[in-house]
Amino acid sequence: MPDSYFYRYDAHDRALVAERVAQFRDQVARRLSGDLTEEQFKPLRLTNGLYLQLHAYMLRVAIPYGTLTSGQLRALAGIARRFDRGYGHFTTRQNLQFNWIRLEDAPDILEALAAVDMHAMQTSGNCIRNVTADHFAGAAGDEVEDPRIWAEIVRQWSTLHPEFSFLPRKFKIAVTGSPRDRAAVRVHDIGLRLHRDPAGAVGFEVIVGGGLGRTPMIGKTLRDFLPREDLLAYLEATLRVYNRYGRRDNLYKARIKILVHEIGAERMRGEVDAEFHALRGTALRLPDEVIDAIARQFAAPALAARPARSEDVERLRARDRAFARWLAANVTPHRVPGYAIVTAALKQLGAPPGDASATQMDAVADLADRHSSGEVRVSHEQNLILPWVPLDDLQALWRALDALGFADPVAGRIGDIVACPGLDYCALANARSIPLAQRLSLRFGDAARQQEIGELKVRISGCINACGHHHVGHIGILGVDRNGTELYQISLGGDPEAGSTAIGEILGPALTEERTIEAIEAMVDLYLATRVAGERFVDTYRRLGADPYKEKVYGHRA
Amino acid sequence: MVTVHSGSRAVPSALSPLPLDAWLLDLTAAAVSLPNTASPDLLGDGLARLELIALHFPKFNDGRAYSQARLLRGRMGYRGELRATGDVLRDQLPFMLRCGFDSFEKADPPFGEAVRAAATLFSVVYQPAEDNRVPAAELRRLATAGAMAAAAAVSLG
Ligand code: SF4
Repeated sequence: MPDSYFYRYDAHDRALVAERVAQFRDQVARRLSGDLTEEQFKPLRLTNGLYLQLHAYMLRVAIPYGTLTSGQLRALAGIARRFDRGYGHFTTRQNLQFNWIRLEDAPDILEALAAVDMHAMQTSGNCIRNVTADHFAGAAGDEVEDPRIWAEIVRQWSTLHPEFSFLPRKFKIAVTGSPRDRAAVRVHDIGLRLHRDPAGAVGFEVIVGGGLGRTPMIGKTLRDFLPREDLLAYLEATLRVYNRYGRRDNLYKARIKILVHEIGAERMRGEVDAEFHALRGTALRLPDEVIDAIARQFAAPALAARPARSEDVERLRARDRAFARWLAANVTPHRVPGYAIVTAALKQLGAPPGDASATQMDAVADLADRHSSGEVRVSHEQNLILPWVPLDDLQALWRALDALGFADPVAGRIGDIVACPGLDYCALANARSIPLAQRLSLRFGDAARQQEIGELKVRISGCINACGHHHVGHIGILGVDRNGTELYQISLGGDPEAGSTAIGEILGPALTEERTIEAIEAMVDLYLATRVAGERFVDTYRRLGADPYKEKVYGHRA
Repeated sequence: MVTVHSGSRAVPSALSPLPLDAWLLDLTAAAVSLPNTASPDLLGDGLARLELIALHFPKFNDGRAYSQARLLRGRMGYRGELRATGDVLRDQLPFMLRCGFDSFEKADPPFGEAVRAAATLFSVVYQPAEDNRVPAAELRRLATAGAMAAAAAVSLG
């Protein structure tokens, strides 16, 4: 098995995960024997990633910063086969969910995860959740520093944090190291953006109080530049302020964004600073040796020097339109000349977004070994990424992905729909999201048409909790329930990227599934007819405003 | 009601903690009970005379008292007894011990064993807290520094 190019567990990490599995095995036994009531057991299973859903238990596995070795992906495939119905679901938070789990099996599954240095801790519950980062980290040319170094430092600090395991509500942290923000840091409880100060030192912009859900908000910058050694002191200060003052009287007002909104960014900054000054320089300070020891583990694989251009690729690009389309949509330029980043699109026509069968997972693991130094990433768009691919391998990889159904040239396109599990799986849902995503991808399945339309992010949530991140979709779709009928509310103009982050605006009254699809078709036609050169769907919308779209959809200016 | 202890505190105090309002009128009392909405700063100079502070968990999932405990121990240097009261469940004990609690109000006698087990449930910690346990990152740093010193000694010898 190839080596890994990200953090490797040592004896400490393995001991903690093993002890955690033993603790949960005991808790499950106490539940099964009736020693624990479901009410007492619920918070225990939740902090181990185990949810009770409509039809079965769901286990959410943490994939820190979305990075996996091929061996880990194979282990996930093995779990899908042995304990689930042979597939798994990659989520918008770079995690993997198994939807058909038996409670009795959960400890064995956690043990199987522990065997490959994985766990399901803190993927649920009112604690600091699995930390997310840019899925192109380390491979994209545009970053200041690999954000996963910091996601790992935060992962360790937050794991079983004794003070912050019973927060008012869940808490999500994201890190980006690139000016092109692929981690949506402005819509997280805390977003960390690595950048350099004028003297060249690396530090963080700290953004607090963003979030989606029923009250979408864009985070406020509490610090423009935090020295990197102070990161944990500042995080601990922020979490302490939140733990003490965040609202606990109303589930829907309990996220940190509401606290920041209610007391204002100024006062929040003051409270956090007061705490930070007391904590700064204590044992939370990160010495350079500690940072460097973690950073060294994220050293990129040794990539052999290769020509910056592959003649084979260019020949095939000229000859084969399908290959050319795939290159344009699913292949991203690499930091290292002669290499590329490839997106395997888990958006098969007619299948739920993000789903992969055990066979497909095994096959992607094999492809990672052959073409990507044995590494795979999970993206927020619910795709798999192969980050270290030589240009000369692209043709073979394309054919192999095509055979798996993962080569649709959709990345960033209208076919690359993000959708939450919706009413098919989720007890909280108002409406189904997956069938709508499937019908939309069928309607816009034609690859040439998708290429003509260009970048267009469609995101669907089955209820106001916004797990499908509809607020930041160029087209966002929210499932609502009107007297027992499933309807969909469209919003336009959302954008997840820092710099241009925006919450979409509601277009008008909710529509049936059929009319939602027609409305999207009509709005796409309007865009194609009115765009000026270089404009994406969202740019045209910003230029024209909502009225022409309302007129198209509702036949009048709403 | 039985009060058990973690081993670090041999005998829990027999004092009955006064509610904060009453204690503020009688600062000589040596035991106070702090609601989880109150700032530990309210104890002011009276802190030095306190032998017992009870912090309250109205529900196990209301975690405010964890922060109060850490402020009292870490920031304000309180060394007296720190008791968790209310909805104190055995599965929360590892967190409570790390935040500096050293006694637990609980109706259930076998709880004493649970406290001892909780103290050793996890052999590794990832963050500094109020129990003086050394976080993994620091152990790694010390191990590397030790290995380097040993290597230097060998090359000198
Ligand atoms: S958005 Fe609503 S329906 Fe969809 S997964 Fe989240 S809670 Fe469930």
